[in-house]
Amino acid sequence: MSYFEFISQYGERILSGTLITIILTIIAAALAVSIALIAGLMRLSPNRFVRSVAAVYVEIFRGTSLLVQLYWIFFVLPLFGFTLEKFTAGFIAVGLNLGAYGSELVRGAILSVARGQWEAALALNMSGVQRMRRIILPQALLIMLPPWGNLMIELLKSTALVALIAVADLTFQAKQINSSTFLSAQSFGTALIIYYVVARFLITPSMRWLERFMARKMGEA
Amino acid sequence: MLNWDWDFTWTILPRLLSATVNTILAAGLGYAIAVVLGLVLALLQRTRSPIFTASVREIIEFVRSTPLVLQVFFVFYVAPQFGITLSPWVAGMLSIGVHYAAYLSEVYRGGIDSVPKGQWEAATSLNLSTTRTYFRIVIPQALPPSLAGMGNYLVGIFKDTPILSVIGVAELMHAANSIGAETYRFLEPYTLVGIIFLAISLPTAALIRAFEGWMRRKLGLT
Repeated sequence: MSYFEFISQYGERILSGTLITIILTIIAAALAVSIALIAGLMRLSPNRFVRSVAAVYVEIFRGTSLLVQLYWIFFVLPLFGFTLEKFTAGFIAVGLNLGAYGSELVRGAILSVARGQWEAALALNMSGVQRMRRIILPQALLIMLPPWGNLMIELLKSTALVALIAVADLTFQAKQINSSTFLSAQSFGTALIIYYVVARFLITPSMRWLERFMARKMGEA
Repeated sequence: MLNWDWDFTWTILPRLLSATVNTILAAGLGYAIAVVLGLVLALLQRTRSPIFTASVREIIEFVRSTPLVLQVFFVFYVAPQFGITLSPWVAGMLSIGVHYAAYLSEVYRGGIDSVPKGQWEAATSLNLSTTRTYFRIVIPQALPPSLAGMGNYLVGIFKDTPILSVIGVAELMHAANSIGAETYRFLEPYTLVGIIFLAISLPTAALIRAFEGWMRRKLGLT
């Protein structure tokens, strides 16, 4: 079978898998960003209890494998009475996992905002929340955007694991096509190229654009 | 409802622990490949031909931006089409090794770039050959600043070994899956796998951090 025939026959399934992968990536990214922000701020809280809750979350999710977390959420959580649909389990696992890594970026970026900015905000009699929201966080955002770009690519790659709990994403479709046709090079090769194109020509440029956009908004460009 | 069975826990624990040995072995072997191949990839980017350098970079970029699980499938299922049948272990070590070599090459590249220009010039003025310059002058100085990144990827490779279970490498996740399939109990095996991972990766990460601090002090960086 020529590659053209392969694409005309299985293109639709590959496309639908790609779509699922992209949707999953977007939802998981939204979850990861929100959790990273919350956990990152919690780790800087003056309250020791709040700090340790966030630290335990980060250590657990960074200390074990995403696959273990995914299986635990999908197979073990139902035993506690929380049955999640596989797609939901997939984005929750990926979001929680990458959120733990992201919270370290948030924490590091906040800590690296210049000391004088904190003092100036204090001198202007801003409340803690005001200071964080209007002075510190916007500057921290600018600092942490470049590493977030890398993390987004990690996130895209991580979503491939949901294929193992039978979410019909790109990896899952490639695997299914391979097992019914034995055209391994075509099915897995096409999927690899699609991931690469999404990462290199969709995620990377949009993160760069976001960096420039934020820099302009902050008047630093 | 939830009920943790301790008797069951004690029956499966030895099996999980012996699979842990395989996990550590897989991580070690994969890392050994990555450490060597990563250096080769870093050095290949330093040739005089810009086209060659750009292609090597693009290949590294490709490996870094595609999922490991798909690479594992690709290596395992495509190699036989070219007449090379790989065992799960060989395919697994190969794909995880290449995947992390791409990451490590970036770490080495940063390390090599951090060697002061004067060192290269001194080596040239002493009439050292390129090989000698690299192996006696540059790499020994590039290594210490690379160690922190190398340590992080050692933990990373360890945490990625469960992915090898998809082609049947008999590591920890594979053992837990088999136990789950045989007994229909998932709570104990998967929870134990999580605990075992934590018990190994947290101390290792702490050890690497301590080593990093020691190295920085030794180099007079702090």
